[in-house]
Amino acid sequence: MWLWFHKLSSPPYAYRMATLLRPWFFWTALALIVFAAYGGLVLAPPDYQQKDAFRIIYVHAPAAIMSLQVYVVMAIAAAVGVIWRIKLAHAVAAACAPVGAAFTVVALATGSIYGKPMWGTWWEWDPRITSELIQLFLYLGYMALRASFDDTQRADRASAILAIVGVVNVPIVKYSVVWWNSLHQAPTISKIGKPSIELSMAWPLYTMLLGFMLYFAAVLCDRVRSEILRRERNANWLVETVKTS
Amino acid sequence: MQSSGLGALVRLVIVRDLRLAVRHWDQVIQPLIFFAIITTLFPLAISPALDELRRIAPGIVWVAAMLASLLALESLFRPDVEDGTMEQWVLSGQPLSLLLLAKVVTHWLLTGLPLVLMSPLVGTALGMPQSVWPTLMATLALGTGSLSMLGGVGAALTVAVRRGSVLLALLVLPLEMPVLIFGARAVDLAMQGEPVAGPLNLLAALLLFFASLGPFAMAAAMRVSVES
Repeated sequence: MWLWFHKLSSPPYAYRMATLLRPWFFWTALALIVFAAYGGLVLAPPDYQQKDAFRIIYVHAPAAIMSLQVYVVMAIAAAVGVIWRIKLAHAVAAACAPVGAAFTVVALATGSIYGKPMWGTWWEWDPRITSELIQLFLYLGYMALRASFDDTQRADRASAILAIVGVVNVPIVKYSVVWWNSLHQAPTISKIGKPSIELSMAWPLYTMLLGFMLYFAAVLCDRVRSEILRRERNANWLVETVKTS
Repeated sequence: MQSSGLGALVRLVIVRDLRLAVRHWDQVIQPLIFFAIITTLFPLAISPALDELRRIAPGIVWVAAMLASLLALESLFRPDVEDGTMEQWVLSGQPLSLLLLAKVVTHWLLTGLPLVLMSPLVGTALGMPQSVWPTLMATLALGTGSLSMLGGVGAALTVAVRRGSVLLALLVLPLEMPVLIFGARAVDLAMQGEPVAGPLNLLAALLLFFASLGPFAMAAAMRVSVES
């Protein structure tokens, strides 16, 4: 049952899989994002209060969700790497960090642009925004720690501990709007069963989220491949793989 | 000492670190002077009017305490790692997490506790009423404990990195922000004469959480840092 897991942890197999899967992820993601953008920008009706300005949520919300989700993926990969001593898991964690940081920056930037017409301010020291900013600092700290070691294996294990400790911030960001009185609106799309958003507005959002996830998977494939290339640069199988392809 | 248990081991570490601190007392008081200097900067930068300072005093005291505890972290593990003591501890077969916990507790006694004792003085200078003293000291006592635990994890991670102190700040400060929020909030509530039990309980919960899991993270980080 665990065979696939062990197989996946071998760099040659993972390298081949990433090469194989990447175009599927990428082109599906692109199609979904274009489709969702059309749905969100053209098909969905304007909001009765916010008019057309609300349409930025089709980028803002998925990016914000991804900024947390990528962190969870990164922390799980780091934990797998520490517990089972799988080098490839560390490569995955290392590959996640810049992508997650980028999603966080997009979430903050679009939120700021959204905030100007809605709340009348570019920036508000609101719990949700502040904790999302802390999330960005965590990503940056993770990358800084990783960069400060010359030896890859030590960088792997040291940064893995930081990634695991940093998980405490994820629930703080997620529930900040519930726990504290916040200017940011409460969750509307994640309420299973009875979402407080009309279906005609919601479907582009879900499609966009799925598109973002697949895009993340595609970028992850690329980054993991380059991590493997860097880490296994002296391995025989890699020389042969690169020669034949 | 062959038959002594873990309790004796912890006591040995604490006594040793306290004795070292007494003999290098100048290093112990440096963070305290730093704490006093930072709080002096705010009246100079913002306004010497006590009415204005009183409003932001909880924040000033808390930020200053955070920075002072960050500065003190530099001396937590570095001397022991540099002279090889830590390597012997890792190899000793004794639970490393417990040894490091003992070191952090001692470190708190030397850097956290003096901050707590000094805080009424600084608070009064910034216009805090005397009635806030108990809350201020309680939040700092609970909060600096959490800061020492989190800081210990960061210090263990960065101890092998050359010029790691900036990196240490970068790693530790984001994680410490919840402590700052609840600490400053409690003092602020106390100044307005409102009940402070909520944030105080949360601070205590954070301290328990960090104290129970922190030593294991510290030990794991220290093993990475020492072997090379």
